[in-house]
Amino acid sequence: MNAPVDLDHARLAATTPLDRLDPSNPALFRDDVWQPYFARLRREAPVHYCAESMFGPYWSVTKYKDIMQCELAHKVLSSDSLHGGISIRDRDKALRLPMFIAMDPPQHDEQRKVVQPIVAPGNLAKLEATIRERAIRILEGLPRNETFNWVDRVSIELTVAMLATLFDFPQEERRKLSYWSDCATALPMPGGLIENETQREAAFAEMLGAFMTLWNERVNADPRPDLISMLAHGEATRNMTPREFMGNLVLLIVGGNDTTRNSISGGVLFLNENPDEYSKLRANPALIETMVPEIIRYQTPLAHMRRTAIADYQIGGQTIRAGDKVVMWYISGNRDEEAIEQPDRFIIDRARPRGHLSFGFGIHRCVGNRLAELQLKILWEEILQRFPRIEVVGRPERTYSAFVHGITNLPVRIPG
Amino acid sequence: MPRVTYVEYTGTEHSIDLEVGKSVMQGAVDNGIPGIDADCGGECACATCHVYVDEAFLARCGEPGEQEASMLGFAATAQPNSRLSCQITMSPELDGLVVRMPEAQH
Repeated sequence: MNAPVDLDHARLAATTPLDRLDPSNPALFRDDVWQPYFARLRREAPVHYCAESMFGPYWSVTKYKDIMQCELAHKVLSSDSLHGGISIRDRDKALRLPMFIAMDPPQHDEQRKVVQPIVAPGNLAKLEATIRERAIRILEGLPRNETFNWVDRVSIELTVAMLATLFDFPQEERRKLSYWSDCATALPMPGGLIENETQREAAFAEMLGAFMTLWNERVNADPRPDLISMLAHGEATRNMTPREFMGNLVLLIVGGNDTTRNSISGGVLFLNENPDEYSKLRANPALIETMVPEIIRYQTPLAHMRRTAIADYQIGGQTIRAGDKVVMWYISGNRDEEAIEQPDRFIIDRARPRGHLSFGFGIHRCVGNRLAELQLKILWEEILQRFPRIEVVGRPERTYSAFVHGITNLPVRIPG
Repeated sequence: MPRVTYVEYTGTEHSIDLEVGKSVMQGAVDNGIPGIDADCGGECACATCHVYVDEAFLARCGEPGEQEASMLGFAATAQPNSRLSCQITMSPELDGLVVRMPEAQH
């Protein structure tokens, strides 16, 4: 089934002069009408320059193979926060937030290696029992025959509890983690979660304060397998400035929160939109294995990653100049018919479901990708044990963002 | 055709004949051998076709390139004899090659 596309947007996407097409408009994602714009870019201008947008001028890379090429070109396409970092929105230079995803080698490699062991196979195996126990508790606590927001009751609950475990952060305060995560990615606007950068900085300062306490406890204790202890003892991270600690916290919190959360929500939605796939899953729960990566592709919880050219770079017949902003639209590459068969369909038993861009590729590939998959897998195993169906009973509400491709409200009902 | 043996983490062995010029990763994928995920499809961009090369063949497989070394550097299970199997191209000299799988691909 094709994602629903408003007719006006299909027309608008087809008739807007190519040089005026701006797929970064956050409203396109909030309204779930981004599909035809990217389809046109992939067809007519796979490497496309947009001169004017709310984020300034930028290049869009929209085809799978071109995105892969950019991912491997990290020597020319920088992630460094000095040049603007990894999302389309530039931050004030004074508010620059160093974090390893927004660094180039060698510093990126050194800091990443400090936290990598958290997702080593042995550690994931240890986390499995904890995740399952929580998933069961959350699911058992859900109401029957009553409409509730799946995002809040399940998606957020499971992911923040996991994050609190990874940080060994007090479980009773776990909702602060999703609050800080949301503050980190929110676009400032009147009446929004944050209205300006001062408010964002205040939330970050509160976060830093809470984590400094944990750091101070752990730096003087023996190393333990939680992220804060790892950072406090890691050679490449133990002398971080407070600002750098703050940046890496934002990275780990957003990385572990938004992405898994929105894939958990997306899965329920996609199965409702595709009842045949839902039936297939009920008949054969072993398909969870291939469904999980398909959910992550189909949702693409981060719509893009951004790079900045530090030298001229040729791609798709275009010359990107040094200093230009390059946006790799994962959400578009994941719908590229030249890379993925029937890409607009949600198919839970694809032969090679992990061939998607949602985790990125190359040196910045998502550290937590297998942990994200593990959480989704366990959750769906436990869902199928209990609920023959979860019904979406209202329109989903989505995040106003060109970066976080999220669902904020998913009204569901579990027949009892 | 030269022969390759893949040894799963559990010890299960799979031997196949692999055409010269094909990658060791492709051989596993084409033959449905479990334990090699190859998410990126052979671009040296994900480190999910990680294998340990039998010492006897290590030198003949050559040195990992710069990109491969970077990607391997992030694999929690990496050892000195680690390689990405998408970067090992089958040749007559590699006949009899034995590669072992890590506990999991990350």
